[in-house]
Amino acid sequence: MAKRIDVSDLNIYYTNFLAVEGVNVSIEPRSITALIGPSGCGKSTFLRSLNRMHEVIPGARVEGKVVIDGQDLYGSDVDPVNVRRQIGMVFQRPNPFPTMSIYDNVVAGVRLNSTRMKKSEMDDLVETSLKGANLWNEVKDRLSRPGSGLSGGQQQRLCIARAIAVEPEVLLMDEPCSALDPISTLAIEDLMMELKDRFTIVIVTHNMQQAARVSEATGFFNLNGVGQPGRLIEFNPTEKIFSNPDQKATEDYISGRFG
Amino acid sequence: MTATKAPTEPPVQRTVRRPGDRIFAGSAKGSGIFILIVLAGVAAFLISEALPALTAPADEIPGGEGLTAYIAPLILGTLLGAVLALIVATPLAVGIALFITYYAPRRVAAVLGYVVDLLAAIPSVVYGFWGLAVVAPRMVPFHEWAADNLSFLPFFAGPASTSGRTMFTVGLVLAVMILPIISAISREVFSQAPALHREAALALGATRWEMIRMAVLPYGKSGVIAGAMLGLGRALGETMAVAIILSGGAGATLNLISNSNPSTIASNIALRFPEATGLGVNTLIASGLVLFVITLVVNMLARWVVNRRADFSGAN
Ligand SMILES: Nc1ncnc2c1ncn2[C@@H]1O[C@H](COP(=O)(O)OP(=O)(O)O)[C@@H](O)[C@H]1O
Ligand SMILES: [Mg+2]
Repeated sequence: MAKRIDVSDLNIYYTNFLAVEGVNVSIEPRSITALIGPSGCGKSTFLRSLNRMHEVIPGARVEGKVVIDGQDLYGSDVDPVNVRRQIGMVFQRPNPFPTMSIYDNVVAGVRLNSTRMKKSEMDDLVETSLKGANLWNEVKDRLSRPGSGLSGGQQQRLCIARAIAVEPEVLLMDEPCSALDPISTLAIEDLMMELKDRFTIVIVTHNMQQAARVSEATGFFNLNGVGQPGRLIEFNPTEKIFSNPDQKATEDYISGRFG
Repeated sequence: MTATKAPTEPPVQRTVRRPGDRIFAGSAKGSGIFILIVLAGVAAFLISEALPALTAPADEIPGGEGLTAYIAPLILGTLLGAVLALIVATPLAVGIALFITYYAPRRVAAVLGYVVDLLAAIPSVVYGFWGLAVVAPRMVPFHEWAADNLSFLPFFAGPASTSGRTMFTVGLVLAVMILPIISAISREVFSQAPALHREAALALGATRWEMIRMAVLPYGKSGVIAGAMLGLGRALGETMAVAIILSGGAGATLNLISNSNPSTIASNIALRFPEATGLGVNTLIASGLVLFVITLVVNMLARWVVNRRADFSGAN
C-alpha cells in the first residue's frame, strides 16, 4: 500500500506567481522524507501539490508531472477528491472537527467513502486507528467527548488517527509538531517511526534535529530572493545532508550560517 | 506577588484608567441600561393598559365571549403565518447563503448578495400590495390543487379561496420578507467557517458538498438558528403586509387556504385600533402584550437551542 512518488519538472503557480520551480525528485515508499528550508521557499506549496490540496486556493495550478506508482496524479481523468482519499494530510495546526466527538473524528474520512460499515467494524477501526496513533489509552474512556477538549499534542495524534483510518498510501505532514511542546513532539516522532512501515511519509519541518532524527532522505528548498521561485536545491540521504552536503547553501542553512 | 499581608496598607498598584476607556465603558453601560429601561417601560405600559381588559367581565370584551376567546384565534393566526414563513424561508435562505459563499463565482455572488439584501429595504406596505395584486391571484390554482389533493391535512382542508387572500399567501410573502435577514446572517457565519476545518475535510477526500456538511453547516448551525429566530420575530410582528393581504375575521382554524382565516395579533391591532374605544383599546393592548410575551419566549428558546450543545460548537 505504501507507494513511491516520482516528481518531474514540477512548477507551481499562484495565478501568475511562480512559487516553486523545476522540482525533480523520487520519494521512496515505506520511508520518511523530510523537507527543510527557510520560510516562504515553497515547502508547503510543494507538499500540497502532492495531493492536489493546493487546488483549494483559487488560481493555484501546476505544470509538470507527479506520478504515484505509475499513476499520473494530474491526468485529465483523475478526480482530486480520489487523490486526497489515497494521500492523507496532517496540518501544522491540529484541526479535529470541533463539532464531532473523538469517535466521529476518527471515522470522518471512512464515512465519506460511503461503504456501509457495521457498528462493530467501525468500533474496531476506531480502536486500531487510535492505537496506531498512540492515543487509544488516553481517550478510550471518552470517545463520545468532543475532540477539541484534548491537549494540542493529543489533538494532533487524533488528526493522524483520522488520516490513517482511511488507509492512505502516502501521509503528508506539514510541520506537524511546530505547534506542540517537546514531549508531544517526541510522541509524534515515535509515532512516525512506527507508521513508516506502512506508509510513505513526507514531512515538512523547521526543526533540523527532527529531520535528522526521523528521516531517511532530506530535501533542501531554497530561494534566491523575495519574489523568486523556490527550488529544490539538494535531495540526498539524511546522513549525507547533515554531514557532507553537496551544496554550499545546504551546509550554510543546516549549520545556521544562513542570511 | 508575595503572600505576605499588610492589611493596613492600601493596594500599591492602581490601574491606570485612560479617558478613552472610561468614556467607552460609560457609554456602553449607559446604552445597555437605556435599552433595559425602554424595555421595562414598554412592558409596564402594556401591562397597565391591558389590566382593565384582563379584569373585565367576559361579555364586555369585543366579541362578547371573553378575552381568551378573543385572543386565542389571533395567537393561532400569528403563529401559523410566521411558522409557515419560517419553514419556507429557512431552507431557501441557507441554500442562497451556501451558494453565495461556496459555489457562485465571485462576481455572481456579489450581485446576488446585493439583490437579497435589497429585499430588506422594501417597505412592508409594498410587500402587502405585491402580495395582494401579484402573489394572491397566482396562488389560486395551487389553492385549488391543494384542496383537491391534500385535504386530508387540516392545513389544506378547503374550500379553496378564489381570491388567494389566505394565510398561505401571507406565509409566502412573509417568507420573502424574512429571507434577507436569515440569509445575511447565514452567509456571515458560513463564510467564517474556519479554513482549518474546511481543509481538514477536503484533505480527507471530501467533495465540496461533503466539506460543507462536515465543516461549514455544523459550525454555522447556531448562527442559522439565530437568524431564523430574528426572522421569526419579524414575521410574528409584521403588520401592514398581513393587514393588506389577509381576508381575516374567522375563528381558530388551521386551514391555510380558505377565505376565512384567523387574523394575526399585529394586523388586528392595526386594523381595529383607529376605531377602538374604551375597553376595546385595552383588549387590543392585551393582545399586544401576548405578542410581546410570544416574541420573548421565541428568543429565549433560540438561546436555549444555541447553547444546548455549546461544548461541541467549536467555540472552546
Ligand atoms: N494562497 C497563496 N496565494 C498566493 N501566494 C501564496 C499562497 N500561499 C503561499 N504563497 C506564496 O508561495 C510562496 C511559498 O509559500 P509556502 O509554500 O507557504 O512556503 P513555506 O511553506 O516553505 O514557508 C511564498 O512566496 C508565498 O508568499
Ligand atoms: Mg509552510
